[in-house]
Amino acid sequence: MNDTNKNNTVLRFMTCGSVDDGKSTLIGRLLFDTKTILTDTLSQIEKTSKKRGMSALDLSLITDGLQAEREQGITIDVAYRYFSTGSRKYIIADAPGHEQYTRNMVTAASTAQLAIILVDARKGMLTQTRRHSYLTKLVGIKHIIVAINKMDLVKYSESKYKAICEEYNSFASAIKLSQPGVNIDFVPMSALNGDMIVDRGNSINWYKGPTLLEILENIDTTEKSNKSKLRFPVQYVCRPRDSANEKLHDFRAFMGRIESGLLKVNDKIKVLPSNHQSSVKEIRIGEKIISEATFEQSVTVSLHDEIDISRGDMLIHTEDILEASKSFTANVCWLSEIALTPNRTYLIMHTTRTSKAKISSINNKININSLEIEQASELKTNDIANISFKLAQPLIIDKYAQNRSTGAFIIVDESTFHTVGAGMIEAID
Amino acid sequence: MMKKLSHLDWLESEAIHIMREVAGQCANPVLLFSGGKDSLCLLRIAEKAFRPGRFPFPLMHIDTGHNYPEVIKFRDKKTKELGERLIVASLEESMEKGTIVLKAPDEPRNKYQSITLLEAIEENEFDCCIGGARRDEEKARAKERIMSFRDEFGQWDPKNQRPELWNLYNAKVHKGENIRAFPISNWTEMDVWQYIERENLELPSIYFAHQRDVVKRNGAIVPITDVTPPSPDEKIENMIVRFRTVGDITCTAPVASNADSVEKIIMETASTVITERGETRLDDQVSEASMEQRKKEGYF
Repeated sequence: MNDTNKNNTVLRFMTCGSVDDGKSTLIGRLLFDTKTILTDTLSQIEKTSKKRGMSALDLSLITDGLQAEREQGITIDVAYRYFSTGSRKYIIADAPGHEQYTRNMVTAASTAQLAIILVDARKGMLTQTRRHSYLTKLVGIKHIIVAINKMDLVKYSESKYKAICEEYNSFASAIKLSQPGVNIDFVPMSALNGDMIVDRGNSINWYKGPTLLEILENIDTTEKSNKSKLRFPVQYVCRPRDSANEKLHDFRAFMGRIESGLLKVNDKIKVLPSNHQSSVKEIRIGEKIISEATFEQSVTVSLHDEIDISRGDMLIHTEDILEASKSFTANVCWLSEIALTPNRTYLIMHTTRTSKAKISSINNKININSLEIEQASELKTNDIANISFKLAQPLIIDKYAQNRSTGAFIIVDESTFHTVGAGMIEAID
Repeated sequence: MMKKLSHLDWLESEAIHIMREVAGQCANPVLLFSGGKDSLCLLRIAEKAFRPGRFPFPLMHIDTGHNYPEVIKFRDKKTKELGERLIVASLEESMEKGTIVLKAPDEPRNKYQSITLLEAIEENEFDCCIGGARRDEEKARAKERIMSFRDEFGQWDPKNQRPELWNLYNAKVHKGENIRAFPISNWTEMDVWQYIERENLELPSIYFAHQRDVVKRNGAIVPITDVTPPSPDEKIENMIVRFRTVGDITCTAPVASNADSVEKIIMETASTVITERGETRLDDQVSEASMEQRKKEGYF
């Protein structure tokens, strides 16, 4: 379905599972059955399937990316895939599920609105199922589809399916994954045979619920951020200083993306951290003037008063209360091969602002397999810990649970400039 | 009920955001402009990101010397219309300097573009190149970052890429290192054509169906030009064709098509059964991993 509809909405989802759960086959199946895989790609897959001595077409090869990975037979990095139906454009973040790749899961989850968690019907809930579920909760994903795969290998047993659903539900309550505002759906399926993914197939007739694609098509993805308070971090200041054009001579405007809320012409705003106030004179996208800017829209805003604003400042509504802060506590996923050293200085990149940061304390660490809380003095790759930070410059922050954009940050190594950590703000001190 | 952005508005907004991050974080960026459809989308996005101001970067074309004249004419016209600065970095200059040595005079030049690109980056001290690559183009691109890190030799190390989370992009580099930024990473070929239609973007004429002398070679249609002459035993045919991608003459093949408008191309794209690169990029067919190999060497 390479559809021509111009008004699709976008849904970003991730898939969690390992090679053994049939994750690659599931994605291959979604792309294949929505007619996204084209002839030359298919013929390549056919050739490779034969070369590896397989009798049928191996759909998992569709998502099998880099040479290095093919040699090792595993996926080592997040890959992005696309397909489109009559009403939605889908962006899949395909994250490998091995224990050592927690960082990839967190990376994929950070931009996803929905997660598909794969469970092998033969094996039921495993440690990794719990780990994946915990991580989707940590990163704030509100829609979860538990895909109970390989139903063909348990003779399409309804009781087996129900037992797994029940077990999952009680686990989800235990870790407080199930809570108001979070949807959990279950689908029995066989990715190998294509049952209940795009087509219903003939093997799971006792299941009356929607197929996987039907759930994806109908899920309401209107984010809470739509309704919440205005957050407009300034990315870039436009000053044409065009002496030839009188209109542009004094033109000054502030460019950025609406990270939450709604901004209208004449809205009264204040600038953080300076607290200067003004009101919106004009909103535009390039040369086009618009009357309001909505969630996720990149716009150019000019104000009625001349106030000093630069990259890193944030526009919010005047009646809103938000302080710039120089210390906070966050859940951090460590991404680097080089361990976190508590007495080093790091850079924190948050919205469009960067600050030097020091670790005040590593409060605790979560054992991602047992979900037990442990003490820790250092952090290694894939560790998740609760850390308190002290900053050189104030940042304009929200709690991550309230705002996924202004509650998130990355940690950058001051000497290599590599991205070494990802953080979600839990408490503002 | 708040309105949700359509997929084209969402993709456009994401691309504007990425371009502004480049402008906000990098000291000396450049936008790579080939005259092709993807880079034309980038120019429209740059207009939406920075007008009424000027672009905070120049445009640069890596010229292989083997171009369709229509595309070069179009490139110059477009740059003039925008009133922005164009840098042309030419493979032929690298050949004169001796940094590119062809194995044979008629050898395809696409793979040598990396050398000229790296020379231009060094000479101009660019810390970021904005390009129009998309993740749906090819397997090795599906794992590409939006801001992709290259070392001093321009090399892409798939195992040493920076994790990219939320919409927080880390474009920090040391002197000599470089970021390649891909604002339309999340676009598919269909998205590109729909955007061209919606924005009413002008394209070089060779994207639309036209008559051309061609020969058929190994299943591909090869256009007859000065640099791609027919061999004595080949039969020249005059066909109605269009190009799906525009690059160096020696590695870009047209497809048989009657689509002479964007609308017709969209209909054709919707029903097509062969991927864009598989059909028309002669240089990707060498091996399954060929794109990955070229990227490691510094190719875009």
